[in-house]
Amino acid sequence: MARKTPEIPAASLADIAFMLLIFFLVTTTMDVDSGLERRLPQWVPPEQLDEDQQIKERNVFVVLVNRNNDLLVEGEYANLQDLRERAKHFMANPYNEESLPEKEPKQVPYFGEIMVSKGVISLRNDMDTKYGMYIAVQNELVAAINELRDELARRQFGKPYNELEKEQQDAVREIYPSRISEAEPRKR
Amino acid sequence: MSKFRKKDGKELPPISTASLPDIVFMLLFFFMVSTTMREVTYMVQMRLPQATELTKLEKKSLVSYIYVGEPLAQYQKTFGVAPRIQLNDQFANVSDIIDYVIAEREARNEAERSMIVTSLKVDENTTMGIVTDIKQELRKAAALHINYSARSRVER
Repeated sequence: MARKTPEIPAASLADIAFMLLIFFLVTTTMDVDSGLERRLPQWVPPEQLDEDQQIKERNVFVVLVNRNNDLLVEGEYANLQDLRERAKHFMANPYNEESLPEKEPKQVPYFGEIMVSKGVISLRNDMDTKYGMYIAVQNELVAAINELRDELARRQFGKPYNELEKEQQDAVREIYPSRISEAEPRKR
Repeated sequence: MSKFRKKDGKELPPISTASLPDIVFMLLFFFMVSTTMREVTYMVQMRLPQATELTKLEKKSLVSYIYVGEPLAQYQKTFGVAPRIQLNDQFANVSDIIDYVIAEREARNEAERSMIVTSLKVDENTTMGIVTDIKQELRKAAALHINYSARSRVER
């Protein structure tokens, strides 16, 4: 009569599985990488760089971080805390002031004809500027535009920007485009 | 009263551990699926800057990384303390970036090439000179979609 083979003990299976589990826990990273998303401008060879591409001065918001990590807005010292409000005021230009950017009418879905600002934020830095400071400034500028979009989305659709449909987001983005230019490094 | 009879002598049967491996395997598979392997060993120190307006890098397979920072202590004898660029598993120069971007592009299939994001993991104490050089090289290589890697900060 064939004897039954004795059952393989499964008691150590848990230990093996635990070992594998701990191995994976140690070697993997859970954190999702996140950061400030930007798009660089197309590369233009220096000889083709036309200097005469003039933008009117009232349309440019110059933000400079110098080598001592000081913040200069339109040529004057400024605080990092005030930057967001000033950038918002510049981009929105609520009272159509002379010194703030021009607006031009534009057809935008959902909004009809609406005045869109021609403002550009120009961010400049020095060779010795600390990266941390640069990111802090850029964060404020991105936050300014995000807040403007959010306010507009709430006014028009009664919902925050990130809850809108894709087409609605596109429309809002067309009114407040992310016009932050990281300026061409100056020639040495 | 039989209802309140003492359970004398009768011991509790031991809890069966037969299902323990199954539970652990379930955990194991969860971790295997939801995490990614660490791909490179860092050779530079990085303390990322803080920011609030963060976007998540959705598809890890479409991200290529550039690390910048001071070399770790064990490399400082040979490479000094000035911030260096790390690509893959070695130190590199600014001029190597174009080749790196092209190699990264070749490694992806054609449909995904336009969606590659370059993540810049730069120490917050680095000076902008090196970052600007990297940006110029990335523009030359037409890798325009970048992400300045940062830690999240709670709004005051």
